[in-house]
Amino acid sequence: MSEIRIEGLRHSYARNPTASDPWALKRVDHVWRDGGAYALLGPSGCGKTTMLNIISGLVRPTEGRIYFGERDVTDVPTERRNIAQVFQFPVLYDTMTMRGNLDFPLRNRGIPKAERRARVEEVAAMLDLSDSLDLRASGLGAPEKQMISLGRGLVRSDVAAILFDEPLTVIDPQVKFTLRRKLKEVHERFKPTLIYVTHDQNEALTFADQVVVMYDGEVVQVGTPEDLYERPAHSFVGYFIGSPGMNFLQVEPSGGSLVFQGGALALDETVAAGLPSKGALKLGIRPSALRIADRGTPGAIDADVVDVETLGAYAIVELAMGPTRIKARVRDGEPIPSGATAVSLPPRQTLLYADERLIGALA
Amino acid sequence: MIQVDNNRAWLLVLPVVVVVAFTAIVPLMTVVNYSVQDIFGPETRVFVGVEWFREVIDDDRVREAFGRQFLFSALVLLIEIPLGVAVALILPLRGWRSSLAVVAIALPLLIPFNVVGMIWQVFARPEIGLFGTSVNALGIPFNYTADPLSAWVTIVIMDVWHWTPLVALLAFAGLRAIPPAYYQAARIDGASRLAVFFYIELPKLRNVLTIAILLRFMDSFMIYTEPFVVTGGGPGSSTTFLSINLVKMAVGQFDLGPAAAFSLLYFLVILLFSYIFYTILQQVASK
Amino acid sequence: MTLAVEGVTSSVAGEIHLDDINLALEPGLHVVIGRTLAGKTSLLRLLAGLDRPTSGRILIDGQDTRKVPVNRRRVAFVYQQFINYMGFSVYDNIAAPLRRSGVARGEIDGRVRETAEILRIDHLLGRLPGALSGGQQQRVAIARALVKEADLFLLDEPLANLDYKLREELREELRTVFRRSACTVVYTTTEPTEALMMGGNAVVLVEGRVLQSGPVQETYRAPASTAVAEVFSDPPMNLVAGHLAGESLSFAGLTIPWPTQMRALPEGAVTIGIRPNHLTFDPAPDRAALSGEVELSEVNGSETFVHVFVGDASFVVEREGVHPMPAGLAVRLGVEPERLYAFSAAGDLLALPDAGLRQ
Repeated sequence: MSEIRIEGLRHSYARNPTASDPWALKRVDHVWRDGGAYALLGPSGCGKTTMLNIISGLVRPTEGRIYFGERDVTDVPTERRNIAQVFQFPVLYDTMTMRGNLDFPLRNRGIPKAERRARVEEVAAMLDLSDSLDLRASGLGAPEKQMISLGRGLVRSDVAAILFDEPLTVIDPQVKFTLRRKLKEVHERFKPTLIYVTHDQNEALTFADQVVVMYDGEVVQVGTPEDLYERPAHSFVGYFIGSPGMNFLQVEPSGGSLVFQGGALALDETVAAGLPSKGALKLGIRPSALRIADRGTPGAIDADVVDVETLGAYAIVELAMGPTRIKARVRDGEPIPSGATAVSLPPRQTLLYADERLIGALA
Repeated sequence: MIQVDNNRAWLLVLPVVVVVAFTAIVPLMTVVNYSVQDIFGPETRVFVGVEWFREVIDDDRVREAFGRQFLFSALVLLIEIPLGVAVALILPLRGWRSSLAVVAIALPLLIPFNVVGMIWQVFARPEIGLFGTSVNALGIPFNYTADPLSAWVTIVIMDVWHWTPLVALLAFAGLRAIPPAYYQAARIDGASRLAVFFYIELPKLRNVLTIAILLRFMDSFMIYTEPFVVTGGGPGSSTTFLSINLVKMAVGQFDLGPAAAFSLLYFLVILLFSYIFYTILQQVASK
Repeated sequence: MTLAVEGVTSSVAGEIHLDDINLALEPGLHVVIGRTLAGKTSLLRLLAGLDRPTSGRILIDGQDTRKVPVNRRRVAFVYQQFINYMGFSVYDNIAAPLRRSGVARGEIDGRVRETAEILRIDHLLGRLPGALSGGQQQRVAIARALVKEADLFLLDEPLANLDYKLREELREELRTVFRRSACTVVYTTTEPTEALMMGGNAVVLVEGRVLQSGPVQETYRAPASTAVAEVFSDPPMNLVAGHLAGESLSFAGLTIPWPTQMRALPEGAVTIGIRPNHLTFDPAPDRAALSGEVELSEVNGSETFVHVFVGDASFVVEREGVHPMPAGLAVRLGVEPERLYAFSAAGDLLALPDAGLRQ
């Protein structure tokens, strides 16, 4: 196993692309470290499937190189790339038994029989499939089928990475938990490099140690689930992660404060001095970071409660500050405001974005 | 859940019931009628029980025709099914080339049966037909009007030419329905082309091939027009298949009673074999 | 329009899908909450008149539905799958039910545009449904149902096939639409949070039976049984065997003073229910706490559900924010005695936290 390095990757599905053609990948440089559990997260059309296909070798990139360790595999076909893949819908060899399925990639590579047998049984035991090894694969349920697909990658000792393409789409919600736990165990035990492609935030954040967020053909953030939630590097990440997403206020610096439609926020002098002179500025703050305060509290901005959703463990309160609407999350046990109130933005958790990119917090 | 009763539904299917009654049931009953009676005229008829059936079963010509018919169907299935799948495998799966290839392949299916017969009747003639003269030029004696083997070869090749496209089109549709992920998985698993065929393509073609085998069996078992045009059932009776025999009996000799009994037996045999084929293929599929 | 479901049972081939359902559905929003195969779709089909109950009857404003053919009822149905006329433009899709019922041409145009505006698809009217995203396609289907101004509006998990951000947006819009509408809306979902967000009345369906119905918040606060507590809570309420004796309550290896909300209960065995958001990590040393080991963390929106083994029982703890905890980590879980639920051995609710406490 080895790390997977992507250098200066650009891709367009146009035949001889020019700058004016649509680029599925604009420019990506990234290293997938050996043994990491990665999620590749983004909405449909963000380029994540293109990226996946480039790693697996189904698509040859228009520009840039891809390395498995020191080996340049840009022009190496899929079958010689040492990757494994679990697809969205279970792909099995229906006429074979489960053992036949697990054995298939090894047999094709001419591995000696005794070694194959030992490996298949080890992996089957890990996946809790030992008892059903000699059953026909076609009669299995979707969770077992996906496990077998994963197993076909795990049996191989030469695999550089196992790619997952939305693997839990066909799994019932109640069973997802079991599969998620199994995936973690498998990762703990074999330490393969796992790349999990999904558009589902929850899947990505639950699965991965490192999440690579793609948006519009670019990687906009690489970080731990906490990073993504607490310090989104791009406004898209702030919107996409969390429910409800981050509040964004368009602001303009004016004197020592930031002015938005419906209010203004006084700034610390050092922060005010460090503001960029151009570019569209936005403030971003999580609904859970907002603090409801009494009217007249120093530093708090006047707001009116427009709507309240009580959701059991917490409530979402929608506030209007003039034409600007923001959502605050009120924790269990705290009073739910109504009518005229005020809200304060703790500077540490109030992030500043210039041209959609994070430039820092207000403290 | 119980569907809401709606008696109007019966009115809607009534036309179909009437049409089926007139097109299938009434003619079939006529045949049954003829098969158990000796009919001399509208008023004079004698019930003969299973006499006609016994006569037909004891008839050597019928027995031989049955044998020929089985041999023919077996040959045709053995050639057309593998050949059709092979053709489907080499067709381009997508793009304009694919559409073009499909149209070209389908051409024989668009030709009327008797015209197919005419084409081969001329094409295989030993003295003027391109096929016949070519084979003779190779030093192989070939004359379908005199030599039974030549006649068989001509008719089998004609049928393969005419009907393999159907098998190929069905198999092609089956192949197109296989999700690309299966091929990707096979590449990732390092599978050879042969392994892809046996472990992915063939299992996924199971259903369409079941249909292809059934269709080709029933059709080849009932073949009439093409051999009738090419050889007229000869030389001798070497290509007299069941339906040709039946027509000779009914129209040529006007033995309506035995012909009716024969028709019924013929129909039951086809039904029985189709059922057997279907059951076997379904069992193979579910094993 | 008022819908009364009286003793309705529905079974197919001996298998019971719905068992003795009794409901009175007044105009307003009714959220049917239940897991997959609980009978939600069967119930909607019966209400729509697409199927007939095996026994019992459904009355619309006092009239038995069996006497009114489906196409004469003013019913709109939105399915989980995005069902549209693929060959029609968005405009024609929305206009279709109006044209069928012979609404005047001038009126059709106004109503189509107005409905499209409510669902924010007015800029897509000329497009074909196939060219739209899943969220937009479902908006078209909802618009087509909405434009009919039906008396009964049925939605069968309309958001289930959508991405989570789209679901968030569309859910909010639907809520606004339903608030304005005067018709009877029956909306099914598997997600408790969705039910809480939509508001209105809750009908909890478990294995073909209605276990509880009433205002959504009230049903959430006071689940009548463990089955309701499990279905109508995401993640499900933690349930663990407990014992009341002497002055104390013991469960999961922990002994605490007899909680005040359980003061009326006799000594003996009870099932203790703890909401995942009422367990806290790293409580003060003097607080009652369970010791356990992390099994798995799942992120859900802005929460993290941490599954923890305590002895051989598994607990779920809801934590605000995204904070996955590594498997195997030893943790202490703080318990708030005043927020515990108690259920009988049969699963019936015996005691619940004081109403003054927020959930």
